[in-house]
Amino acid sequence: MGRLSVNLCGIELDNPVIPASGTFGYGYEYAALYDINCLGTFSFKGTTKDPRFGNPTPRIAECTAGMINAVGLQNPGVEKVISEELPKLKKCFHKPVMANVSGFSVEDYAYTCEKLDQEEQVGWLEVNVSCPNVHGGGMSFGTDPKAAAEVTRAVKAVTTKPVIVKLSPNVTDIVSIAKACEDAGADGISLINTMLGMRIDLRTRKPIIANKMGGFSGSAIFPVALRMVYQVANAVKIPVVGMGGVSSAEDVIEMMLAGATAVEIGAANLVDPYICRDIIEKLPDVMDSYGIQNLYEIIGKVR
Amino acid sequence: MQKSVFKIVSNQPLTENVYKMVLSGDVSHITAPGQFVNIQLSGLYLRRPISVCDIEGDKLTIIYKAVGKGTRQMASMTEGNLDILTGLGNGYDLSLSGEKPVLLGGGVGVPPMYLLAKKLIQEGKKVQVILGFNTKSEVFYENEFKKLGCDVTVTTVDGSYGKRGFVTDVLQDMDYSYFYTCGPEPMLRAVYKASKTSGQMSFEKRMGCGFGACMGCSCKTITGYKRICKEGPVMHKEEILWED
Repeated sequence: MGRLSVNLCGIELDNPVIPASGTFGYGYEYAALYDINCLGTFSFKGTTKDPRFGNPTPRIAECTAGMINAVGLQNPGVEKVISEELPKLKKCFHKPVMANVSGFSVEDYAYTCEKLDQEEQVGWLEVNVSCPNVHGGGMSFGTDPKAAAEVTRAVKAVTTKPVIVKLSPNVTDIVSIAKACEDAGADGISLINTMLGMRIDLRTRKPIIANKMGGFSGSAIFPVALRMVYQVANAVKIPVVGMGGVSSAEDVIEMMLAGATAVEIGAANLVDPYICRDIIEKLPDVMDSYGIQNLYEIIGKVR
Repeated sequence: MQKSVFKIVSNQPLTENVYKMVLSGDVSHITAPGQFVNIQLSGLYLRRPISVCDIEGDKLTIIYKAVGKGTRQMASMTEGNLDILTGLGNGYDLSLSGEKPVLLGGGVGVPPMYLLAKKLIQEGKKVQVILGFNTKSEVFYENEFKKLGCDVTVTTVDGSYGKRGFVTDVLQDMDYSYFYTCGPEPMLRAVYKASKTSGQMSFEKRMGCGFGACMGCSCKTITGYKRICKEGPVMHKEEILWED
């Protein structure tokens, strides 16, 4: 076990750095730039039962220290993900991968998870009950403890792999939702998905995003994410994966002190495609400067 | 794709708000005209995608219009280094040009036509160029194309310079083997309709990453969903599916 390694729901990670779903495709775009096997793992593009084009464009808007996206879960559907994307992923990544799943009904989630459960390389199922960009699904499951628990139970029934439920920050009480998922059998919680945001073009007086609103991410949201990770980690016994605006080795350590066992990095990949590799390389030096011997020892150790 | 640091060699206005920036660095990943680079600017979160106008030795030339925060910041730079992703997008396919291609550039759609024209002329093609602008004060690069040996026609919408009207007014009476174009979408639609041959057009969309990871710039085509930044920005006429 190295200084950076952590254990996420029974699976050893060489380091806690995980590119977040929707910012890393199925890995191969980045594998053309560097050996992505340096990553702890990565969470692949959100997968649904049926193929989706997603939302109309523009889907992207810039903000101060961040961005808004309203991609809307564009993906080729679970059958094609398994038949076309995973074989390509397997060629460039040789560790267990995190499968990110979305749905529009409890049955959708169960269907997609059952399919992905059959895939040997899938280590964890990250169940996204928090996409702000699709109507009639996604986030609506993550804003109600009962619905989130129902999805969790349905998914747990069809898989033996660890289930990590990805939560939305766009709620009044994220702790109650995290607890409901834990009670329903979730093996871990990841948070936060993007925060609902909006921008308006002053010239046209129209929203910049065709879908009007979208998910706000980037370094601007880090303090909010950190606070929610802290609250949830203190309320549940299962591991928490922290994310939201993480863009440096220091941010990774801060998230872990707040209670994260592992840390996902999203928007920062889109700005600097090498950032996850660079953060992993910098971590030992940053740990040294704060007197940290092993990363796993600092999880939740904020005083 | 490659991420590397470029040094600003020069940065000068060509018109009131169109600037030409010459940078030096590793251009080896730029493999085709019509590709773009994605530039990081201080204080701005997302990179700014700008099309490649020319490469020569270790020099990269880009031409951009100062319209937003990013391009206005670029316009104010006289020296320093920029963190740039190069080799993005598919670029134009020269193999289909035939002997007498026509290149149509509109406004800031003109720059990518320059490297394309240069390459086509190197291949011994007879290159005809139509450059479209709104008015005389916006015209740039006419002489640069002439120096390459292109047959150049300039149009202005208000008739203050060159021929009055749109690039398509000139295209109608022209004899050509194939077309390449870049410009605002209404122009692309007009060229699509007016063209008598096959061709390629370069599209623009708001991007997130610029290298195919975020799906921010997806579009529908006859041959399936494509990412403007990755499978584009250049599309073949036959695959284009106009939305609405």
